[in-house]
Amino acid sequence: MSTVEIDSISRTEIMIGAITRMLQGLRHVAVGNSSPIPGSAALLARALSGGELRVSLLGSRTHNAFTDGGRELFDCAAQGRIDAFFLSGGQIDGAANINLVGLGDYPQSKVRFPGSFGSAYLYHLIPRVILFREEHTPRTLVPKVDFISAAGTSPENEYRPGGPYALVTGLCVFSFDKNACRFRLQSTHPGIGPAEVKEATGFEYAAPEHIPTTEPLDSAALRLLRTEISRQVAETYPGFAAKTWGVVI
Amino acid sequence: MHAADMVIGLDDLVARIPDGASIAIPPDYSGCAMEAVKALIRRGCRDLHLIGVPSGGFQADWLIGAGCVASVEAAAMTLGEQGIPPRFSAAIRKGRIAMKDATCPAIHAGLQAAEKGLPFMPLRGILGSDLLKYRPDWKVIDNPFGGGDDPIVLIPAIQPDIALFHARAADRNGNVWIGVRRELMLMAHAARTTLVTVERIEDADFLTDDTMAAGTIPALYISAISAVPGGARPIGLAGAYPADTAELAAYAAAAKTEDGFQRWADEAIFGRVPA
Repeated sequence: MSTVEIDSISRTEIMIGAITRMLQGLRHVAVGNSSPIPGSAALLARALSGGELRVSLLGSRTHNAFTDGGRELFDCAAQGRIDAFFLSGGQIDGAANINLVGLGDYPQSKVRFPGSFGSAYLYHLIPRVILFREEHTPRTLVPKVDFISAAGTSPENEYRPGGPYALVTGLCVFSFDKNACRFRLQSTHPGIGPAEVKEATGFEYAAPEHIPTTEPLDSAALRLLRTEISRQVAETYPGFAAKTWGVVI
Repeated sequence: MHAADMVIGLDDLVARIPDGASIAIPPDYSGCAMEAVKALIRRGCRDLHLIGVPSGGFQADWLIGAGCVASVEAAAMTLGEQGIPPRFSAAIRKGRIAMKDATCPAIHAGLQAAEKGLPFMPLRGILGSDLLKYRPDWKVIDNPFGGGDDPIVLIPAIQPDIALFHARAADRNGNVWIGVRRELMLMAHAARTTLVTVERIEDADFLTDDTMAAGTIPALYISAISAVPGGARPIGLAGAYPADTAELAAYAAAAKTEDGFQRWADEAIFGRVPA
């Protein structure tokens, strides 16, 4: 068997690897619709956990055990039965507010996004919400979102067991500091420097002096991702699996 | 009602949907009555209030493009891999439809309140979202069972005039089998009138078989049924037939402009052969 060349690891696989590590030791991870990168990470993390991690992948018939209709994910989250979830945004700001509604004045948005989905709820209830957005530009990572679909932080008195944990982009990984209410640059992806991240980010964030490189998956995990996991991903995300790994089902 | 009277033709089925009705529709991955939506457009229905449970897709965009819709309540509007529904986003830009942005569990909770005959349902989260700012019908109270200073959102009941969807099968008594798609059960429980198209009507009684009964909406909640084989095309129906992705992509491309939509509708909905 040939060993996978780490040199040839793609940016998508770097993002999948970063998210996979954040899921270690968890019991149950749910993945919403239109989330192929987190979905790949969740399925990989499950395989690496030896089946300890339960994954509920919305949109999948095989990797989705919900049987009580659209409401079940939300009821399950409110009971604390889901440890991690993933959200994205047309805009994400420095206070981890996300905008899934549109650009410009509401309601006559000049650019309309799909809508808030379950974000306004799940962001408050699931302990480890990982934000992901491959496009890392001043257009997507903004000082202040035009519309708050879901708020990054809440006043002390409000019931909020959940919230933002990290933001994974095509350039780097930020962690979220709830007390300071801002992101902190955690690592930059291979070949990307802190200056490049700064240039591409529309919001202020904390940055330590020495910033490590995002650690890629080891060769065994990468091999697993490209073989068994890529085929599992293809069931729900055929277009993504074909583009990323050439998987045809 | 006698079960035999429940089965009617498709045009008679959509005739039960008056102009101005509020109508709950499932998301594209559940069971969508696409042929019924076409019939509704052919009838020239107007001023519908669409409720996406919890989101709207192709059905909603067809109806908006055809001028049948006054308002939409949904947690999201999406054509999946085909992106934003083009007629929806154009209507928003031009202010032609009123939008009530929601979040998925709020739609479910509103329907659950209606299902229980309750005026509202409390729901965690949402606080701090701009959704709350634009939804004066959503109220915030202090949790009466808490120690004080515990704000919680109340969602009013959503009782649609109509629930419209497509399912795999009905039996001779008008019971409708939906399998695992329980949001269709919720819609039927909550709505005043539930209209269903099905792939086939079986000479059976689903309620005598526990395996089937668990995934069956009793006829008690069903107002009328039409047999429309292939009635969910081109969206597809889980376990029956897949989505026609080429057809869906062709729609998304055509509907980018108003003229393109009209040409598409002339052919696909009105069956007029292009000159």
